Amino acid sequence: MSAVSVQSSVLRVLRVVVIVALVAATVLPFVYMLSLSFVRIDDLLRDPLRVLPQLDRITTETYRAVLASEEDGGYGFARFMRNSAVVAVAASALTVALVVPASYALTRLRFAGRSQVSWLFLAVYLFPTIIIAVPVFVGFQVLGLGSSLVGLVIAYVALTVPVSVHMLRNYLAGIPESIDEAAVIDGASRFQIMTRITVPLAMPTIMSTALYSFMIAWNEFLFALLFLSAKQDLWTVSLGLTRLADGQEVSKTVLMAGSVLLTVPIVILYGVAERALTEGLTAGADKG
Amino acid sequence: MRRGRRRTSKLRGRESRDGITLVAPVVLVVAAIIVVPIVWTVVLSFQDARYVDVARNGLFNELTLDNYADVLTSPAFWQALVTTVQYSVATTVGSITVGLVAALAFRDRFRFRAPLRAVMLLPYVAPVVATTFVWQVALNPQYGVVNAFGTQVLGWEHPVNFLSAAPTALGTVIVYDIWRYFPFAFLFLGAALTGLSKEIEEAAVVDGATPLQKFWFVVLPQLLPTVALLVLFRMVMAFNEFDDVYLLTGGAAGTQVASVRVFEQLTGSSDIGGASATAAVMAVFLGVALAIYLRLTARQREENR
Repeated sequence: MSAVSVQSSVLRVLRVVVIVALVAATVLPFVYMLSLSFVRIDDLLRDPLRVLPQLDRITTETYRAVLASEEDGGYGFARFMRNSAVVAVAASALTVALVVPASYALTRLRFAGRSQVSWLFLAVYLFPTIIIAVPVFVGFQVLGLGSSLVGLVIAYVALTVPVSVHMLRNYLAGIPESIDEAAVIDGASRFQIMTRITVPLAMPTIMSTALYSFMIAWNEFLFALLFLSAKQDLWTVSLGLTRLADGQEVSKTVLMAGSVLLTVPIVILYGVAERALTEGLTAGADKG
Repeated sequence: MRRGRRRTSKLRGRESRDGITLVAPVVLVVAAIIVVPIVWTVVLSFQDARYVDVARNGLFNELTLDNYADVLTSPAFWQALVTTVQYSVATTVGSITVGLVAALAFRDRFRFRAPLRAVMLLPYVAPVVATTFVWQVALNPQYGVVNAFGTQVLGWEHPVNFLSAAPTALGTVIVYDIWRYFPFAFLFLGAALTGLSKEIEEAAVVDGATPLQKFWFVVLPQLLPTVALLVLFRMVMAFNEFDDVYLLTGGAAGTQVASVRVFEQLTGSSDIGGASATAAVMAVFLGVALAIYLRLTARQREENR
């Protein structure tokens, strides 16, 4: 057999092995999460190897316990989820409102400082978030925003804006400017061009930008930890889960139910908009 | 003629004003929440400041180089730097390699390719708090499935303390991060692979190139710009990584990377000046490393232009 056919057949087998292994490695932790969330804690301690519970031992008590408010003997995840949702929706709406005009200006208008803005956004990533978080926290305390969801929203907007501008600007740069020019000849104002032409054309990317910032805000942990640790009624799901996991008193399978509740909204959103999101993120990647 | 020029310059002025107005809100938010804090950090790193001093005097404390002297003479700092570099290099190389293998395996169509590709991105999009928690439980010596499988099926003598004993802990954190970030490389390399023209490869096959030769001499060189970009991106992110390490080990058992050390200096000993100096020195190291990297890859980028 020639080298070509030997390599081809070996690679054909390897390819299947690689695909199966990678899919297993990505999916199994999530299967484990989902399945343990229905297990009684004593069953887990008795037989940790039994990942899928016996049908008659399945329990949903974990979900009741984790969702119920503290007065009802639960851990208050329903409220944490509401906090997370409020923060994430507000952050993503604000991000879009700020980023659309900015990306439009960066691709269509010549003005002093245009290239400096792009550099500023890149330089931001050289510093760890932790070092940004502390002065922001101290500053917000002075302004009275320290332990509030409003402060958290502002911080999240600042965190997502640089990447969002990048995503949207790449997309807008691909829309021919001649469309704008035609509109100018028809007597459209700058504002009309932006709202009637640019925004509708860029809608898919605007949606993926909104989704991206929603996910960042929903998943974020460090700012929530610094801002809200002391205020349990304002905890987000991420913060609530880590705070409860630090202690010994909450059973692990109840917290697994909490993890599922933290993950499911993201997976649903991602499932709905996977294509838009991945295309938005990789826009321009094939150009190197 | 003259009037025409005046009109264009007037339009230019208007365009410039509009541009600045539209960009201003974004720049203001980024400046207020990111740039000002960074500058403040640099100022604080030259002060012997605790929370009380900052609350009382704001930015105006006595200036000193003590923090930098402390940082540079502290063995714990150098240890954290070494750990950070090991961690960053290992996760960067690991996640890009696995991502590349995955992208190549997914290159040609097969049944369920699209849904499986979507599934592969889950570790990257899922909340870090949830996935680190699942890993912690799965790796737990008492009730984790990995140790149960190891001791009962594979015949390990003892359960392994994956996350609480050195040097396993650092290795485990690295494996976790390869798991979490390979989808990112997979996504970008997949997009780059779709963009390649098939003609050159077909020509290579006609010339008798084996599949491995085709990969090495034809496909890989075309992917290098994307790989170089990913290396840059992942190195910077990994160097500043906090969540993953903090959530998995809390920085114990030889996993104290720079960000976690800064966090501990801030919250544990409330040494703001020291924490700021540590962060500043780290940023300088990263900046120098980036400059070297950009210099080294400059020629390659020139050639691709």
